[in-house]
Amino acid sequence: MNSSNLLSIVTFIYGTAAFLYIVSWVFKKQLPGRIATWIAIIAVVGNTGGIALRWIESYRLGIGHAPLSNMYESLVFFAWTIGVIYLVVEQTYKNRIIGAFATPLAFMAIAYASLSPNINDRIQPLIPALKSNWLIAHVITCFIGYAAFAIAFGVSLIYLFKQRKTGDKKSSKTGLFIHFPDAGILDELTHQMVTLGFLFLTIGIITGAVWANSAWGSYWSWDPKETWSLITWFVYATLLHARMMRGWEGKKIAYLSIIGFMAVMFTYFGVNLLPGLHSYGQG
Amino acid sequence: MNKETGSAGFTSRLWKLFASVRLTVVILLSLAVTSIIGTIIPQNERPEAYLNEYGEFLYKILSAFDVFDMYHSWWFQFLLLMLTTNIVVCSINRFSALWKMLSVKNPSFNVSKFRNLSDKEEFIDIRSPEDLKRIYMPIVSRSFGYKRIEETDNGFCIFAEKGRWTRIGVYVIHLSVILLLIGGLIGSIFGFKGFVNIPEGKTINSIRLSNTGKAQDLNFDIRCDNFNIKFYDSGAPSEYRSTLTILEQGKSVLTRDIIVNDPLRYKGINIFQSSYGELPPREITLNFKNRITGMSHKKKVSFGQQFNLPEDAGQFVVKGYRDSYNFGGHNLGKTFMGILTHNNGSPVHVIMPVRFPVFDRMRKGNQVVSVVDYDHRYYTGLQVTRDPGVLIVYSGFVIMIIGCFITFFMSHQRLCVEISKSGKKSKVMVAGTANKNRFGMQSRIKRIAKSLRINL
Ligand code: HEM
Repeated sequence: MNSSNLLSIVTFIYGTAAFLYIVSWVFKKQLPGRIATWIAIIAVVGNTGGIALRWIESYRLGIGHAPLSNMYESLVFFAWTIGVIYLVVEQTYKNRIIGAFATPLAFMAIAYASLSPNINDRIQPLIPALKSNWLIAHVITCFIGYAAFAIAFGVSLIYLFKQRKTGDKKSSKTGLFIHFPDAGILDELTHQMVTLGFLFLTIGIITGAVWANSAWGSYWSWDPKETWSLITWFVYATLLHARMMRGWEGKKIAYLSIIGFMAVMFTYFGVNLLPGLHSYGQG
Repeated sequence: MNKETGSAGFTSRLWKLFASVRLTVVILLSLAVTSIIGTIIPQNERPEAYLNEYGEFLYKILSAFDVFDMYHSWWFQFLLLMLTTNIVVCSINRFSALWKMLSVKNPSFNVSKFRNLSDKEEFIDIRSPEDLKRIYMPIVSRSFGYKRIEETDNGFCIFAEKGRWTRIGVYVIHLSVILLLIGGLIGSIFGFKGFVNIPEGKTINSIRLSNTGKAQDLNFDIRCDNFNIKFYDSGAPSEYRSTLTILEQGKSVLTRDIIVNDPLRYKGINIFQSSYGELPPREITLNFKNRITGMSHKKKVSFGQQFNLPEDAGQFVVKGYRDSYNFGGHNLGKTFMGILTHNNGSPVHVIMPVRFPVFDRMRKGNQVVSVVDYDHRYYTGLQVTRDPGVLIVYSGFVIMIIGCFITFFMSHQRLCVEISKSGKKSKVMVAGTANKNRFGMQSRIKRIAKSLRINL
């Protein structure tokens, strides 16, 4: 079995976990949720194995490099970071409803990698510009940041659903929203995920700048990918400061967190549609 | 209170404006939104390209707002200046309060505040408060730097705190933002960025600036001794390597190889491997196949020099070379051009694509000429930059990461353990506050209470 096959299987395991988390939430049953946790753990372990195997395969091909060099590999790593951070959050907050919003994101990331015809899963040798330890640090930190923002996004969605429902009193006691965690906890969790993401995005942008400076002599050149990561950074910096102003709790913060994640997604996928330099992310 | 009027009122209103986080939110959002423009409209292209795309009218409006170089436009710089002022004013405004808090020797604690906390832990211990004091103090000391004991009516209170200094974390972050802006400014005023192509064996002492296209003298010479590309089996490039020598007044002072991601730095000037190209070759090995006799001859010849054909069939000269040659809509790649003169005929043009040795058969001449080999001569393309602000920017990077770490993951924690006599036993309350991460503090208090209880 090669790593691509293994990761295709992992895709379906993530899908199963996501499905069970959603079933557990919609039908308010404990058992599917408990199974979902185990399946999510298996998915993350398989994901880890897939990444490790791909790494080994690249050495067997004589072009050994960390499996973080193209779109396929970054999506697989993205799914992995979402999975790991989500499982930690689940353990900490003892709540599985977040899983119904977080694991589908991991599933979508790895499914897009495995199934999209536009994404090449072959192991390719590194072109000279990508041979840098700064690049590895850059990719890892960026994706930890993105994953934290992805979970903040999921939690913000839950928060908004919950707020909408508690507006009309009847359904707040029934329906899908009764088991949602307390609004205070959701708000706190959003904030924690955003700060985690902000730290790693900051390090990601910085390591990217240092890499650019060592590869072609300027740490910042306003190419669209760089600029969009800065835009994302501005949005989350806005969120952190908005929390300090009265009247900017909860809902508005949740909206900002959703806008921030849109910016993340655009930085990741959308920028390739724009004119620019950063095309090495393709492939 | 007297009514604020005139300039004093204006300055204080301005000060208040710049001290507000509301303005920060507005500025940060404005930066985020306006930055989008420059990613949709390509920057720094030639004016004709824009005229073509947008038409005369729109072009005039857009260029009036510097949209085609928006990150250096006056209004974008103005936003950055606003941000800087905002950070500076805000920091000054809050710093005295922060300083007071940090420098106080004996911070004040208020027992009733801790009593009112909802997530405090309470339990009964069979020992007397005096015994407990002896047992508890070392446990509290283990994780809190500052502590003191206050006697109360029927017992005592242990107050402890740690991480007071972490409150400077946000100032550290804001300082780092200023450093980045200053470093960037210094770089854009005193630095430059340019490029130069050096053929193997040649020496240069000036480069061309990227933004203006003007020449920029260096205070030394750079010679390219050698350029080399390595390929993977797949044909993709794996390494570009230039051997460079730095010369001062004609004397070589330093020789080093550079590859992508490993530049040469000399006297504040950075030299990066950025591109390469092929020069016309000087020596070519040609193959001549005589269609009449069926004989093949290899011959090593010099570019541009006429020579006699084998079997005395006439003369030949290699006159031209192109990196790519278009033939009937197909790109034939690297191609040599030559002129063949038979002893009794007029000159004929011969096209010799390197990749297609049989191409010349189409001419239907007596001789089929093809290229066997030639000496590869390259020029290396170097990016040359000077940026005296980079050290400040890098220190800003480090400080920003440290600041974020302090701000997000460390907190100012206060602890209150109140022990009061209740008959023969003691009643213990453990409560605490933190300026960050409420939930983390909750579980920390639980842990502390547990560790106190275990020491029965
Ligand atoms: C790009 C610029 C900026 C960045 C990256 C930045 C970053 C941060 C961060 C990460 C925090 C901590 C938030 C938290 O604890 O969750 C913070 C707090 C704060 N920032 Fe900024 N900031 C910027 C600009 C500004 C400006 C212009 C002001 C001016 C008013 C400002 C005022 C504050 C204040 C008052 C706090 C809260 C301090 C406290 O908690 O006592 N920031 N900033």
